[in-house]
Amino acid sequence: MPTQTAPRNITAAPSPTAMPLAAPARLDGVTRTFGATVALRNLSLAIDPGELVALLGPNGAGKTTAVRLLLGLCAPTSGTARVFGRDPRQAASRTRTGAMLQIGRVPETLKVREHIDAFSSYYPKPLPPRQVIETAGLAGLEDRAFGELSGGQKQRLLFALAICGNPDLLILDEPTVGLDVEARRGMWEQVRRFVRGGRSILLTTHYLEEADALADRVVVIDRGQVIAEGTPQQIKARAAGKRIRCTTAMDLETIRALPGVASVARDGVTTTILASDADLVARALILGDPNLTGLEIASAGLEDAFLALTESQKEVA
Amino acid sequence: MSTAAESLPLPTSTLRMRRLRTHLVEIKYELLKLMRLPGYVIPTLTFPLIFYIFFGIAFGQGKVTGSTKMAAYLIATYGTFGVMGASMLGIGINLAIERGQGWLQVKRATPMPMSAFLMAKIAVAVSFGSVIVLGLFILGASFGGVRFAPAVWAQLFATLVAGTLPFCALGLTLGYWAGPNSAPAIANLIYLPLSFASGLWIPIDFLPKFVQKLALFLPPYHLSQLTLRVIGAGKGPAWAHVLALASYSVLFLLLASAGYAKDEGKTYG
Repeated sequence: MPTQTAPRNITAAPSPTAMPLAAPARLDGVTRTFGATVALRNLSLAIDPGELVALLGPNGAGKTTAVRLLLGLCAPTSGTARVFGRDPRQAASRTRTGAMLQIGRVPETLKVREHIDAFSSYYPKPLPPRQVIETAGLAGLEDRAFGELSGGQKQRLLFALAICGNPDLLILDEPTVGLDVEARRGMWEQVRRFVRGGRSILLTTHYLEEADALADRVVVIDRGQVIAEGTPQQIKARAAGKRIRCTTAMDLETIRALPGVASVARDGVTTTILASDADLVARALILGDPNLTGLEIASAGLEDAFLALTESQKEVA
Repeated sequence: MSTAAESLPLPTSTLRMRRLRTHLVEIKYELLKLMRLPGYVIPTLTFPLIFYIFFGIAFGQGKVTGSTKMAAYLIATYGTFGVMGASMLGIGINLAIERGQGWLQVKRATPMPMSAFLMAKIAVAVSFGSVIVLGLFILGASFGGVRFAPAVWAQLFATLVAGTLPFCALGLTLGYWAGPNSAPAIANLIYLPLSFASGLWIPIDFLPKFVQKLALFLPPYHLSQLTLRVIGAGKGPAWAHVLALASYSVLFLLLASAGYAKDEGKTYG
């Protein structure tokens, strides 16, 4: 965690152009419970100026709760949420933040141009409508009613509403969920175009591919906790493993010590191994146990990668 | 904690202008949004007018109380019916639906002032209510043979339009408590029996005694009687009706804020 130690210079007159010291978005030791459910457990997260952070995790990991905390739509049970050093509920924080949420529907009878005009009126220094429409890829659709837009176009309008206030911090909650491949790539292009202005972005997704395509840094969360953090390359490497299943008498400690093993678990007679190098591990298993049966090797996929990361977390704890 | 480098304070007049603009823009789009929904506009605007044609014009020359003709009497009661629908159904159902769809969350994440949001809802209810009332006036004057002095027309109009407010509060209560799917049914289950029992469809004197007693507890009864007083056909003192309507407004606003707090509590607190 970077700590802010820079002393405030009291004698200098405050310059209107000086960058504030506070991080654009910051969660500190946040726990949030809903009844008996713990959505976030002592989670800390900070986004630096100009950084695009992807919050990656399976459904129900707590991504949307983290987003809501940063938008002031929900309060932490304990811990603090800050946007540019302020409470996210203050109007001053909200004028600097834009958000794209997962929602069912938008009033359908208003046109694209009208929705953008209405949202622009909430902000002190909105972007020119033309620029919003171009950045969001809505050119030519200005006079369409929301109800007449396709799924991808609807998402683009929600993106336009998120950026029209010219925010310094943009929060995108699953911006491409439910979109086809082409629409998804289109949305990535729009996010990239917007990032070029040096803004900070927090994006949640359950697609590793999406985090990889866009993010400077990936934070993986599961069951409300950070389980891994790194560059997209680092996270990909950890998620690229294979899952090996077999029945073997070898003890778990021996298997765990084999090169290329990420994690190992035994359920009844079946041993499941997550391996970063499956060929190497399989060879060692067969050599190590001549009685080994039922060998299966499958691609681990992201869900398993999350599982492996979660498991390794438990072992450390 | 304060960040020294916030944007320079703008002159108050500029801020006030921007705030005013936000409110006006919000009203404009709230109005456009609903005007383009035929499923809302047609029943809201035409039902009170059609009912008035059936009862007010067809049986218009009969006397209700004293010298008041049916056609004149029913302008007050269907006017109440109309403004109640425009405010309670308009605000209640649409708010419940937008809340259910998550659209309210999107707006709450912006710096939109809550006052702009509320004012837009109320302004639209008042606009629709005014159109209904004017429609009734035109029908009554053209086909019902209703004649009043200009000051009486103006007073009728003002009473009915001001009477929108308690029902706007009721609409907010509904919007924050009812689910998006059940809201239309719940709203109509309140609207229609309440209208009948308050004597909005059939004059209160023609209803059974127990309904007349019950009506004393119903907000539309008080608005209709207050309006009827303008043409000399109302029962009870004006202050009692105003007091009843004001009390209901406070009650509904309290219930609406409790609903809002509960709604926020799901995510907040």
